[in-house]
Amino acid sequence: MLACVTVMVLDVSADDSPVDPVRSAAAAVLGPIESGASSVVRPLTDLPATVRSHRALRAEVRDLERTNAELRRELARTALDRNRAAELDGLLAATEQTGYAVVPARVVGMGPAQNFTRTVTIDAGTAAGVRADQTVINAAGLVGRVLRADRHTATVLLVADASSVVGGRLASSMELGFVQGRGDVGGEGLLDLDLADGSVVPARGDVVVTWGSRAGAPYVAGIPIGTVQSVQSNPRDLTRSAIIEPLADFTSLDLVGVVVPADTESDRTVLGAEDKP
Amino acid sequence: MALVRSVTFTALVVVALVLQTSVFSHLALAGVVPNLVLLLVVAMAIARGPEAAAVLGLLAGLALDLMPPADHVAGRWALALVVVGYLAGRVRSDAGSSAVAAVVTVAACSFVGTSVFALTGLVLGDGGVTVAAVLKVVPVSVGYDVLVTPVVLPLALAVLRRLEATRVAW
Repeated sequence: MLACVTVMVLDVSADDSPVDPVRSAAAAVLGPIESGASSVVRPLTDLPATVRSHRALRAEVRDLERTNAELRRELARTALDRNRAAELDGLLAATEQTGYAVVPARVVGMGPAQNFTRTVTIDAGTAAGVRADQTVINAAGLVGRVLRADRHTATVLLVADASSVVGGRLASSMELGFVQGRGDVGGEGLLDLDLADGSVVPARGDVVVTWGSRAGAPYVAGIPIGTVQSVQSNPRDLTRSAIIEPLADFTSLDLVGVVVPADTESDRTVLGAEDKP
Repeated sequence: MALVRSVTFTALVVVALVLQTSVFSHLALAGVVPNLVLLLVVAMAIARGPEAAAVLGLLAGLALDLMPPADHVAGRWALALVVVGYLAGRVRSDAGSSAVAAVVTVAACSFVGTSVFALTGLVLGDGGVTVAAVLKVVPVSVGYDVLVTPVVLPLALAVLRRLEATRVAW
């Protein structure tokens, strides 16, 4: 009691109190302990806030995850879009090169091998100006011809079908022949070329193009079909045949174009029609 | 009730057809897709017997013949699936007894169905059927059908049996 009073008196009475050094010494020792203790305790006292922020963080994580998923989806779509844009570009380039007007269409169904006919359904029909016996191409080359057109869909016979025969011409020598499918689209989906003139030897890598029919039905002229992969001569029937690797990949057909007359009425844009006279 | 049933059957056939032509064509093995319609007919045979399965086989087969991009003489798949439905219905009690028996039935039906379709093609000279192509396609299609059986057959059977149960309840 007396000691207390003494300290109080000492502290109050003098300006330069003798208590000050003791105070600072205490601060030096206890201060760190205090801060240490409070840093231990703070998480406990902050617990409600932590729980709250945990919830907020969880919500944030959920938001971020959703955004992430959206972005991913967008990215995936971008790749698809880019591919489709590239295909469309290719088709556009093909129409510019060949000078034909084409109606773009997408392959929506593919006949199974169990049917033994290699046909696909496309999503353009008579409403889009597609008629039977029109040539179907894609960015790479000849795909087939329209067998039947309904209002909104059409059935296309692929050149790889065993019953498909296309008049072909070797681009290098202008020699004529017939390109026949093998009914096999899986794997390489090769075609056979029977040349009319047995003395012609096609070179490897020669491009075969269509020679076209009257009025462009069923095949218009000058569409590349494929390249010569190997040549076989058959002494029995005096013709030479070549194995053709088609330019179009029949297993991953997506965007195709149907060659139509330039003045066709269509419910969609006809590529290459506007720059026709 | 008959209306509900026929609507359900139609829906099942349409779903099978669309899956087969537009979805599984991206998953084709050497161009062969699983014949879901055939599996549906087999499921019908196990659930309801040969007559119902043959009728469903006829109708579903006709749909398969007429649905684009099919381009063969119509009726070939119908004939094949009628035969399949009848045969599967005849062995119905055995086929429904165990999973292995069901898979064996599907394999046999797939073989018979694809072969009948191919044979009619050869006889009619239709659609570029060659013996070489048949020999290649039939094993692949049997294999693929067996592969999807564990997923498709229980599903189809569940729907058909549920339909049967509601009919009894009514």
